[in-house]
Amino acid sequence: MIAEAGHYALVLALALALIQSFVPVIGARLRDPALMNVARSTALAQLLFVGASFIALVTLHVNSDFSVANVYENSHSMKPLIYKITGVWGNHEGSMLLWVSILALFGGLVAAFGNNLPLSLRAHVLAVQAWIASAFYLFILVTSNPFLRIVNPPIEGRDLNPVLQDIGLAVHPPMLYLGYVGFSISFSFAIAALIEGRIDAAWARWVRPWTLVAWIFLTLGIAMGSYWAYYELGWGGWWFWDPVENASLMPWLAGTALLHSALVMEKRNALKVWTILLSILTFSLSLLGTFLVRSGVITSVHAFANDPTRGVFILLILCLFIGGSLSLFAGRATSLKQGGLFAPISREGALVLNNLLLTVACAVVLFGTLYPLAMEMLADFKMSVGAPFYNLTFAPLFALLLLAVPFGPMLAWKRGDLLGVTQRLLAAGVAGLVIVALVWAWTRGGSALAPLAIGLGVFVIAGAVTDIVERTGLARLPFATVVHRARGLPRSAWGTAFAHAGLGVALIGIVCETTWNSEYIATMKPNDVAQVAGYDLKLDGLLERQGPNYREMIAQFNVSRGGEALSVMTPSKRSFTTRGSSTTEAALLTRGASQLYISLGDVTAEGGIAVRIYHKPMVLMIWWGPVLMAFGGMLSLSDRRLRVGAPKPARAKQRLQPAE
Amino acid sequence: MTRKQRRMTIIGGSLAVLALAAALVLNALRDSIVFFSTPTMVAEKHVPPGKRFRLGGLVQPGSLQRGDNLAVTFEVADGGAKLPVAYKGILPDLFREGQGVVAEGALDAAGVFKADTVLAKHDETYMPKDVADALKKQGHWKDDYGAQAADKASGGPKPAATTAQGSSQGAVR
Repeated sequence: MIAEAGHYALVLALALALIQSFVPVIGARLRDPALMNVARSTALAQLLFVGASFIALVTLHVNSDFSVANVYENSHSMKPLIYKITGVWGNHEGSMLLWVSILALFGGLVAAFGNNLPLSLRAHVLAVQAWIASAFYLFILVTSNPFLRIVNPPIEGRDLNPVLQDIGLAVHPPMLYLGYVGFSISFSFAIAALIEGRIDAAWARWVRPWTLVAWIFLTLGIAMGSYWAYYELGWGGWWFWDPVENASLMPWLAGTALLHSALVMEKRNALKVWTILLSILTFSLSLLGTFLVRSGVITSVHAFANDPTRGVFILLILCLFIGGSLSLFAGRATSLKQGGLFAPISREGALVLNNLLLTVACAVVLFGTLYPLAMEMLADFKMSVGAPFYNLTFAPLFALLLLAVPFGPMLAWKRGDLLGVTQRLLAAGVAGLVIVALVWAWTRGGSALAPLAIGLGVFVIAGAVTDIVERTGLARLPFATVVHRARGLPRSAWGTAFAHAGLGVALIGIVCETTWNSEYIATMKPNDVAQVAGYDLKLDGLLERQGPNYREMIAQFNVSRGGEALSVMTPSKRSFTTRGSSTTEAALLTRGASQLYISLGDVTAEGGIAVRIYHKPMVLMIWWGPVLMAFGGMLSLSDRRLRVGAPKPARAKQRLQPAE
Repeated sequence: MTRKQRRMTIIGGSLAVLALAAALVLNALRDSIVFFSTPTMVAEKHVPPGKRFRLGGLVQPGSLQRGDNLAVTFEVADGGAKLPVAYKGILPDLFREGQGVVAEGALDAAGVFKADTVLAKHDETYMPKDVADALKKQGHWKDDYGAQAADKASGGPKPAATTAQGSSQGAVR
């Protein structure tokens, strides 16, 4: 009954989306407010029905109703409740349902809080949202229905892939999808602007908060996924340049560029056409990511044949939306008037450089992701493009970008003074160089690249600090004035500083981890001691334990440093009976920003166990960086001028009117 | 500066960055790409020692030998040819004899494939796609390998592959 209700709710949502696709557009043509307002009610009703459908699927999983194929294939009655819930999106059908639910959520939010949008713009935005939604509802209903029943229901389910039975699954996919799908809003706004043939600074002011929300979630989602892979897969890697990861990195790069170009458009009314194009590209990359992940095309081109309908269906959606939006762009972009002149050396110029480097870096990642696919399809040989490729291409481009980052916020709009900014950044530059020298001396030669990269990270952080110091007048004004100025500083300025500093923090973490991580692999017997990076790890013994749906073998390590006992680490190996597979649960010990990491291998015949121990210096900074960036994004989001749905002071309201 | 000059500056800058990126990509393509081969392809093509590639096939049953200090040797077969593989480190959770495997490394002078990375998927029914395709092409595909392996790409945009690494020089996947 619940399955049928969920299925029916999804069909109703499709019907509502179809109404929402056409009626508001016709309303906008006829200038009929009643028809245009249909968009608002259908968007909210759609959210209600998709929500009901999603809750139905969750209920089925929680109740372990194995007469539903999706539950049978991905659940088990003994599975802990949290994994029964998260298992809903730990499979293809469920994750697509989550995708459309989040799409409906964003549509609902625009409908609910978009009261200050011009009526026709809101109607168009919601109609475009409904086009996307209709396509994906159809995709789910036709090719990946999660509510299908099994004729002879089995008694027990096949359990969820053990690797996915982790708290990471509860957080990572929803966050990532909030990011991916959130960019659909800026896409819809861009298409709406093209349809209406009008775009202005107010448009950018509406788009920016939505882009920012999506960007914050995507940043956190990627960081979370990376940390999850780090501790779950058992060998301490945190980024693999895997096509699936690239699929999330590309929208992030394009989205970051969009965030910055929307800024230029909002403040200076320039870069309009480019901002529109970026909005389209960012969401297209999100769609491409969905296609790459969901069609199975990335493992191999031939995997396509395993389920041709799904792959072909998403490919059709992809072509329809990317092709359609780009054609519309080509036809209409010239009608958008260019405004706001600026000199190449100016804040705008710096943001253009930022956009240039980000999009080119994004293009490089796109190339690296699709090149093996293309070669396999055209020339029929297989290859892989991995870290060495990206180290040689992506890294230099990003280093250039980071070098430019501190200059951007300190340049003036319209016409900047590069020399003056360089003088003000002198302290930051010196700090970076001193760090380069110190690190180089401390590591006694070795590669010059690592100290240089760390120096660059320090320069970026110091540059962010310098910006705030300059703006508040610290060091040259009395303290009371400084405090007053700091209070008066727009939150977005603080946001910029935090986000930029986050880049530097992440860079330092990445460089330290990859350059100085130490590894120890050996077979250990009880009472053996391993020495890694100054730590002594003594294997006390092995013990067995029964978990809810697995058996696990735990190894207990006593960690000490210089004779002083620090902690006990208990890595384990779990075997899941239902799937006959096992997972490695690594044990982590955090010391400052560094971590000790133990994962287990197989038990040998003589009673020993294969053990892998890593010392990862400064590894946590890799994820503190993105968290800082997301925090900066939130600060910027809370800036008065971007506050969504908050009552605006009368003066601000005046400014928000579209300049016609 | 006139409007035209400003525009030219921006276009010129864009072209410069694009040219830089293109140069970087072309340079990287020369030596950072890793090709995939099966033992038969290795035998036919005479891959020179020291050239990195990915070897895929089935672990020959009965060939797995564990030496001292986590050294292992096994043979990878694809029905047509066999190739001995040496590896030092912890094998992935799902490494089994008779099942598919992908290893990355290079041949040494004696013709032994020295692997520094061994990949296997976290699902016991999984057969690496590259291996399955290669076997199919050579006519050694048995349907029971692929019956369940077909669409096991598990949900969540997370890499489901585990890697066992022998050296600390960074995984090349």
